[in-house]
Amino acid sequence: MVTVKDYQNSVTPTWCPGCGNFGIWRALKMALAGLGLEPHKVMLVSGIGQSSKVPDYVRANGYMTLHGRAIPVATGVKLARPDLKVIVHSGDGDGYAEGLSHMMHAARRNIGIVHVAHNNQIYGLTKGQYSPTSASGTHSKTSPEGSIDRPVNPLMLALAAGATFVARAFSKNAKELSEILMAAIQHRGYALVDILQPCVTFNRVNTYEWYSERVYPAKGEAGYDPASFDWAVKTAQIWGDRIPVGILYQVESLPSYEEQVPALKAGPVGTRPLLPLPPDKVKTLKEAYM
Amino acid sequence: MTNDFTQILGGEAGQGVESTGAGFAQALARAGLYVFAVPDYYSRIRGGHNFYHIRATGSPIFSHNETVHLVLALTREAVKRHAGQVVRGGGVVYDTALNLDKSLLPEGVQDFGMPLKEIVKGAGGTDLMLNTAMTGIAAGLTGLDLGFVEGVIWDNFGRKRGGKMAEANLKVARAAHDYARDHFAERFPFKLRAVDAPKRMLIGGNPAMTLGALAGGCRFMSGYPMTPGSPILEMMSGLAAEYGVVTKHTEDEIAAICTAIGAGRAGVRAGVPTSGGGFSLMVETLGLAGMTEVPVVIFEVQRPGPSTGLATRTEQGDLMFVLHASQGDFPRIVLAPGTIEECFRDGWRAFNLAEKYQCPVFVLSDHFLANSLQTVAPEALDFDRVVIDRGAMLTPEQLDALEGDYKRFAFTESGISPWAPPGHPKAVYASSSDEHNEYGNIEEDADNRSRMMEKRMRKLETARQDMIPPKVYGPTDAEIIFVAWGSSYGPVREAMAMLKEKGVASNFLHITDVWPFPADAVAKVLQKAKRTVSVEGNYTGQMAALIRRETGIQVDQQIHRYDGRPFSPEYILRGLKEA
Repeated sequence: MVTVKDYQNSVTPTWCPGCGNFGIWRALKMALAGLGLEPHKVMLVSGIGQSSKVPDYVRANGYMTLHGRAIPVATGVKLARPDLKVIVHSGDGDGYAEGLSHMMHAARRNIGIVHVAHNNQIYGLTKGQYSPTSASGTHSKTSPEGSIDRPVNPLMLALAAGATFVARAFSKNAKELSEILMAAIQHRGYALVDILQPCVTFNRVNTYEWYSERVYPAKGEAGYDPASFDWAVKTAQIWGDRIPVGILYQVESLPSYEEQVPALKAGPVGTRPLLPLPPDKVKTLKEAYM
Repeated sequence: MTNDFTQILGGEAGQGVESTGAGFAQALARAGLYVFAVPDYYSRIRGGHNFYHIRATGSPIFSHNETVHLVLALTREAVKRHAGQVVRGGGVVYDTALNLDKSLLPEGVQDFGMPLKEIVKGAGGTDLMLNTAMTGIAAGLTGLDLGFVEGVIWDNFGRKRGGKMAEANLKVARAAHDYARDHFAERFPFKLRAVDAPKRMLIGGNPAMTLGALAGGCRFMSGYPMTPGSPILEMMSGLAAEYGVVTKHTEDEIAAICTAIGAGRAGVRAGVPTSGGGFSLMVETLGLAGMTEVPVVIFEVQRPGPSTGLATRTEQGDLMFVLHASQGDFPRIVLAPGTIEECFRDGWRAFNLAEKYQCPVFVLSDHFLANSLQTVAPEALDFDRVVIDRGAMLTPEQLDALEGDYKRFAFTESGISPWAPPGHPKAVYASSSDEHNEYGNIEEDADNRSRMMEKRMRKLETARQDMIPPKVYGPTDAEIIFVAWGSSYGPVREAMAMLKEKGVASNFLHITDVWPFPADAVAKVLQKAKRTVSVEGNYTGQMAALIRRETGIQVDQQIHRYDGRPFSPEYILRGLKEA
């Protein structure tokens, strides 16, 4: 039996005490163990940022890449080894600024990767600049007079791009979060899990208290219908005094990208032996030029 | 004169100049002739002026040259541009309906004006078949057996509309052939005769490299369309289903190399075809491969920069760029093939080197090498010599025997750490673009940093054992020694032959494995040289500068070309005279 312990390594996280990342870290390990997945069958891919340190703190295959580039690297891993569960950890800067176009393309392709976005509405690693999800008027080191940009709604972007699994969660509720992650990991295709996460050092507005007063499980509401695109679009736009969390959109009937790649019909290319081309094939290849 | 012939077919984009030119080149190859064919086209879909230069001979050749015997002009522009290149006794074919100003034809050049559209119409063809008519005319004038042209037409049109397209084109080719033969062949002195020779392939650098990659176990290729690199991705995509290759046309070049590196990290041999502009976007990710020791092969097919430059033309301007791209020091290997044989060889070798030394490997080609078609013996693509060497990849038995936590980046004397693709319970590790320790975990310790840096850079020294030294062609005691790299090979060989006819002996140092730089081998040859002349297709003389930096030797003369056109032997000889 796989337990959370199997995912523990000896590295001590460098996050600030109270950081929302701890909750996500814990929930991730709970979800992986809960699904009975062994660490060597999982690959965690991240970019650069506080969120992207997750693979360093988990005993599993991991690859910490470049700011914004986790999704295309993860896409390569998945297309080479579709038998692995590939999970991306990005932040709001990493994932929704530098890497935004990759996210849109991953969503429209329905590539089988889970995109866990640690969304704390601020840049942590670079020490406190406003991010794509910061509210207008956010005072930060690069917006001392208050930011002029309007924030992106990542859920709406994912839905518009054709994502087949869109969820929002709150990092404090580890159990609910791990349940959402389990559903995302089992999902057929691209899954976005946008996680609202307080930054205890640089974001004095979106605190634990701020979120706790606002988030509510969408599932408990009348009319909850994650199979409905229209309902998802409507619900994804609710933001303010109340913020819905949970799986907002889920479609399991569409094939993932990797299921449709001709070369993968015979199994993962990454586990096949590399053999010399047989003489008859060589002959055919050459004759095309004669 | 028989079997020493050069023609230029010229017209607008959209008139089928390239496809027809390539078809005629194939006909000549099947006739047993040696062929070197160079397409020259503008970066547009319609209009402009494109031409196709074909040289065909009875003995081996290394490149095209500037001696033109026949111009087949589909437009007035084609006559204007090329009539002046025709030798005395040669001719210009054009449609009399173009109402050409006859003064465009130089003295001594024959006027082969003919009612081309009428001939085509009379044979039941349309204006779209004017190009086909031109191939018939070329055969008619040179006396080449029309059967070779017909064979190619069958190949190109055979399946379209149940053979009707082929029939229509054949009729046009025959009618044009007969007209040219009956009216002009007698006074055209340049002839082509089929030769009984072993079958040869007619192939360019891009397909040769792609076949090399496939043979070498490339099972993943990702890219974003950019001339002249994208045909490699297109060709591999065509082979993908049958040969079990995953190909991905990604959203941009950054994604292309990231995806390939993801596949490489997952244990698959992955390649990325691009050109300089596309590679510019990949630069940061190149460093990721260097830092995390993930194998990746980049096929950089150069075109003239800076920026968009000349999109459909050639240059060797990216040498310094690929040598230095990305921040910090890390090992990389650069191969620069100059022949079809070398394109194939480096196509598969690159994947061995990438996995053996766990670093990025470049195969640096260019538009000229990629797109010129050359006849080669089928053995030139030497599939029998292909070896798949995955270096220090741990076997399943070695993995099973691992004790304790796996040290992915173990310090070793060679710098090479045994590697494992993901999926084995004993080889679970995370790697990072941050500096890391032997286990792959992020580590800022000063001593670890120094040791890790030294370990990575040691791989480059270890890699020297697998580098192919530069090759010397020609007599060792020659007056002149040419130094060139990559695609300048062919034109330099032709220039040497021309010099020899004039009684001047020359030899040639051709550098193909560029990095790690073969300093000792280069110095050994150049130190003894009487007069050294570098030939390279860029403005600053990048290889000459590299030679000076690495050996302290300054070449005596540098011949550069940066007008987007390939070197011709004549261009090199003119450059030689200027000194």
